[in-house]
Amino acid sequence: MTKALFGAAAMVALMAGPALAQEPLKLEVFHWWTSGGEAAAVQEFAKEFDAAGGQWVDTAIGGSGSTARPIGINRIIGGDPPGAMQFNTGTQIDELAAQGLLRNLDDVAAKEGWKEALPPAFYEAIVRDGHVMAAPVNNHGQNWLWYNKALLEKNGIAEPTTWDEFFAAADKLKAAGVIPVAVGGQPWQLNLMFNSILLGEGGKDLYMKVYKDLDPAAVTSPEFKKVAETFGKLRDYSDPGNANRDWNVATGMVISGKAGFQFMGDWAKGEFVLANQVAGKDFGCILGPGEKNFVMGGDVFIFPKLKDEQGTKAQDLLATVFMSKDAQVKFNAKKGSVPVRLDVDNSQLDACAKIGVEVLQDPAKQIPATDILASQDVVQSLQDVVGEYWATPTMTADEFVGKWNDTVAQAK
Amino acid sequence: MKTRRRMNVATYVALFPAFIVVVFAYLGTMLWTVQISFTESKLLPTFAFSGLRQYERLFATSRWSISLENMVIFGIGLIAVCLVLGFLLAAALDQKIRFENTFRTIFLYPYAMSFIVTGLAWQWILNPTLGLQQYVRNLGWTDFQFDWIIRNDRAIYVVIIAGVWQASGLVMALMLSGLRGIDQELWKAAKIDGIPTWRVYFNIIIPMLRPTIITSVVLLSLAVVRVYDLVLALTGGGPGISTDVPAKFILDYLFGRANIGLATAASSILLVIVLVIITPWLYYEYFRPKRERR
Repeated sequence: MTKALFGAAAMVALMAGPALAQEPLKLEVFHWWTSGGEAAAVQEFAKEFDAAGGQWVDTAIGGSGSTARPIGINRIIGGDPPGAMQFNTGTQIDELAAQGLLRNLDDVAAKEGWKEALPPAFYEAIVRDGHVMAAPVNNHGQNWLWYNKALLEKNGIAEPTTWDEFFAAADKLKAAGVIPVAVGGQPWQLNLMFNSILLGEGGKDLYMKVYKDLDPAAVTSPEFKKVAETFGKLRDYSDPGNANRDWNVATGMVISGKAGFQFMGDWAKGEFVLANQVAGKDFGCILGPGEKNFVMGGDVFIFPKLKDEQGTKAQDLLATVFMSKDAQVKFNAKKGSVPVRLDVDNSQLDACAKIGVEVLQDPAKQIPATDILASQDVVQSLQDVVGEYWATPTMTADEFVGKWNDTVAQAK
Repeated sequence: MKTRRRMNVATYVALFPAFIVVVFAYLGTMLWTVQISFTESKLLPTFAFSGLRQYERLFATSRWSISLENMVIFGIGLIAVCLVLGFLLAAALDQKIRFENTFRTIFLYPYAMSFIVTGLAWQWILNPTLGLQQYVRNLGWTDFQFDWIIRNDRAIYVVIIAGVWQASGLVMALMLSGLRGIDQELWKAAKIDGIPTWRVYFNIIIPMLRPTIITSVVLLSLAVVRVYDLVLALTGGGPGISTDVPAKFILDYLFGRANIGLATAASSILLVIVLVIITPWLYYEYFRPKRERR
């Protein structure tokens, strides 16, 4: 620690003019954004932070959150916390906040007007016991339906707006020898697809009752059963190779025209862009079919309590930078997500992100992702149920419903 | 006498660090794990005891019973096929064939690869739209079907195939060294007596290979209990949850699902299984002959 301070001091001395009396506010930032697009995006935050008088110390853990999170949590519990650490928006931060390991950001949030700028569900997602405990950075739409525009035009199919139109389109594609839906048969992907149908066909109210209230009656309702049946029907429109397929491989099938549609979050857009495809021209995007809603998931940064005052100051600065309009636009344009603030200039965003931002203007359509509504235990145990149902064509919708309610009752 | 006692002291001093490691690192963490399994710990370990709740949930979860079942199927399949295949390969190599070294390297090579690589390679080979099935269909047999990896009643056998591919080379190497340790005079004597070769193998050689077989079974069963990466890369536990294994269940609940209580309950059950089944058997195999010799 002393060494680091000397280092910082030496750097200041080197750069020093008399004007630079204060040293940069050094802060270690812990995250798992390591893929090409992600790293480029996080670099935008680092640049903004350094320009504002901070010094970004990058700790990136490769892999996914499930690899990185335990490492970071161990460091926090072990008394050597990073200055800021990434989490997914939602219940993941509950216990750290409850144990008093996190700083509250009430002052920064009040000064910068976070409450007014954020969608209400996102603001609620960072507040614990009346205190702001995290800084949100992005908003990832999770319920997109992507499609290959050329393929649809070739087969005389218009963009489907209802589930009947969707299945009619899928039948046409099937007849043309194309795989109608590219499915990645991993439980989390199947669950995403299931939730899309739940929101589009079942509607927002059913979705909230099922995930937020964990209401058994909603699950046994005929509407939910219909959703389960629609989901089961999609098995006939995917290909036999879907088992354990990665999401980006499935996206590749849509890009190359092997498949027509894919249900996936907006990170799929990165794959299209990487293949030099343009949103709205080469590929299209739909929120739905059915009821148009925007499922909001994303990432937040938490700020563990630090002993030194400089670190605390640096945390304040970083929280301010994360939520500044400028950094929000720059970061999210590269990340593929939409800014978490609703009051930014969206002219730089692509056609699909614009559709998303437009839908988001209506608070009634801002749907929190399941991670925000229920604990990881509930959410991921339900993934198993959805995955099992998909892989077992003999399982009836009623059996599925029964299993769903049993699982919720155990995990609650 | 004096020298001997000094030797003993030296031995105990040398063993002391290992003893400390065993007590604190193994027994300590084991006890801690069992203790946590009786609590409601979620993301962080807490010590609010809740009795047997985690165990009740564990055994009501179909994913857990499926994982246990899969471990048994995988274990029996892997050990049986590996022993037979490993023995046949070793017996074949033992015939003083040419290029023995080359063959030995080829057969042992898969074992040098990590389970992740094995799993990924076999995932592609067995994918019905990319791999073997499509290849044979392209050759003209358009009805050829080998899609076990996407069928939830067969996928676990695919895991066995990939596991056997990797581990039978090791068994072969062990068996080969066992065979090489057998006195050549035995073969000569059998030949003079006019005993057919297969009878020599069954009645004389295999019983003599018993220690080698036990070593192989122990090594393979350890691989069975901790199988995780192979399943992760090959099937991801799917289709659905049909190829899940206990280690994957535990890791999923420990990290992804932030339910330390349930994960430690599952680990404790796994520990009990190992203690109940494997330990008595090991004890029987390793300690009984010693007593007989006395």
